[in-house]
Amino acid sequence: MDDLYREIIIDHYKNPSYRGHLDPNDFRYEDDNPLCGDHIEITLRTDGEKIIDGRFDGKGCAISQASADLLIEFIIGKNIEDARKLTKEDILDLLGIELGPVRLKCALLSLKVLKGGLYGLGDTSEIPLD
Amino acid sequence: MSINLQKLRQDFLILHREIHPGFPLVYLDSAATTQKPDSVLRAMDSYYQQSNANIHRGVHTLAEEATALYEQARAKVAKFINSSRPDQIIFTRNTTESINLIANTWARVNIKQGDLIVLTEMEHHSNLVPWQMLAAVTGAELEFIPVTSDGLLDLESYRVLLDRSPRLVAFTAVSNVLGTINPVGEIVEMAHAAGAITLVDAAQAVPHMPVDVQNWNADFLAFSAHKMLGPTGIGVLYGKRELLEIMPPYLGGGDMIKTVHLRNFLPNDLPHKFEAGTPAIAEAIGFKAAIDYLESVGMENIAAHEREICKYALETIAEIPGLKIIGPAANYRGGVIAFTMDGIHPHDVAQIVDEFGVAVRAGHHCAQPLHEKFGLPATTRASFYIYTTREDIDMLKRSLLRVVKIFT
Repeated sequence: MDDLYREIIIDHYKNPSYRGHLDPNDFRYEDDNPLCGDHIEITLRTDGEKIIDGRFDGKGCAISQASADLLIEFIIGKNIEDARKLTKEDILDLLGIELGPVRLKCALLSLKVLKGGLYGLGDTSEIPLD
Repeated sequence: MSINLQKLRQDFLILHREIHPGFPLVYLDSAATTQKPDSVLRAMDSYYQQSNANIHRGVHTLAEEATALYEQARAKVAKFINSSRPDQIIFTRNTTESINLIANTWARVNIKQGDLIVLTEMEHHSNLVPWQMLAAVTGAELEFIPVTSDGLLDLESYRVLLDRSPRLVAFTAVSNVLGTINPVGEIVEMAHAAGAITLVDAAQAVPHMPVDVQNWNADFLAFSAHKMLGPTGIGVLYGKRELLEIMPPYLGGGDMIKTVHLRNFLPNDLPHKFEAGTPAIAEAIGFKAAIDYLESVGMENIAAHEREICKYALETIAEIPGLKIIGPAANYRGGVIAFTMDGIHPHDVAQIVDEFGVAVRAGHHCAQPLHEKFGLPATTRASFYIYTTREDIDMLKRSLLRVVKIFT
């Protein structure tokens, strides 16, 4: 299971490229995982069609923070419509690991926050991640 | 007398299980639940194989046997905590249910709007949320004995709170996060002097040290079998007879009644008044076997063993770079060590040490307000018991050094 802590994940955790907060921004959304206290905020700038810049901020375990960094890296330059369609599998592909049900929540927190922002929802519990 | 660990560990098959190839289980999560010795499993198995029947009503042989076994378990528990009578022992599902029982019976009658309930900042959610729920219904007020930075209760602040004549003081005997052993007798005595009733959450105390309810003079005391080598699904509420007698029943149904008519009923005598429905019979029998086992080792020996292991663990893991231990010094501490590691989330710690077969807990351990007090979202917790060895602690250290290596 050391695999879980592959260099890429530790690297994105310790030296994230997209940690921060965009102000002004077009989208801002945050949420947490009450089980472990993980917290993620995502801010995005768009040109109405494409995501032109993004940042995440928050605290939590290596999996949650690294997946947020990888996600922001991935969506910059993508169409908003495409970002809305991202799934659990896309995040696992980015991380390149298999996860059990408990840690899956950590990995998917940033996706949940992203979709919450993009769908303009007040409640993330209903957001489809599959 | 010290414990023959090698021999004792033979009684726990699970301790010899390999979690990953070459890495047997190093179980450091006994504050959550303990492992069970063979004798407990055999007692429950034998009950189902030989004596299974419902209790108290039947007159056939099996019903008589099952009833006798169940009531022997109650008598065993009573003796174990030095209750003056067995009918002061109510079997519940667990500590949580025991506390909820008090909150829904004694407290519903005795706590009114504006009445004060004193708790502490180190309570498990199970001795906090029931009182929040009660306060929401009755308009009672909650106040908290503060925890000092070194993890002890601030008894001076407690003294000031007592000037406001609380109705109830409900507190933990041993913190499940800090490991702090609170001065139970003193806290009870001060509460009584102020006219308050006391409830002791003894879930982390009864399994680990000799407990004498008459010596503590607690009015109510709650604990769970599964944290003391017994099965899940059975716990204890001890209460002083004069209080239990005048309390209204909790759940209604079979066994808790003397007579029932279409429009009314007469509650049963103690302790059955509080045990509605078919109870956890096999679990009570397993619980008795667990207490037999603990007594064969000796509670003084168990307490001494945990002190020694805890001291060794405190020294051993203190050497790990970036590791900070929460809670008091060894002489105020039971077998629990919660800690943080600089820049590393407890979930990552717990996941990596699992690779070495090491089972620790990560999170807020059902004590979120205490973590908020210390400004921590979560901690990693290692907890010890009768079967914990120095080799377990050495493996904990080895696995934590691996955590440090991965993150630097």
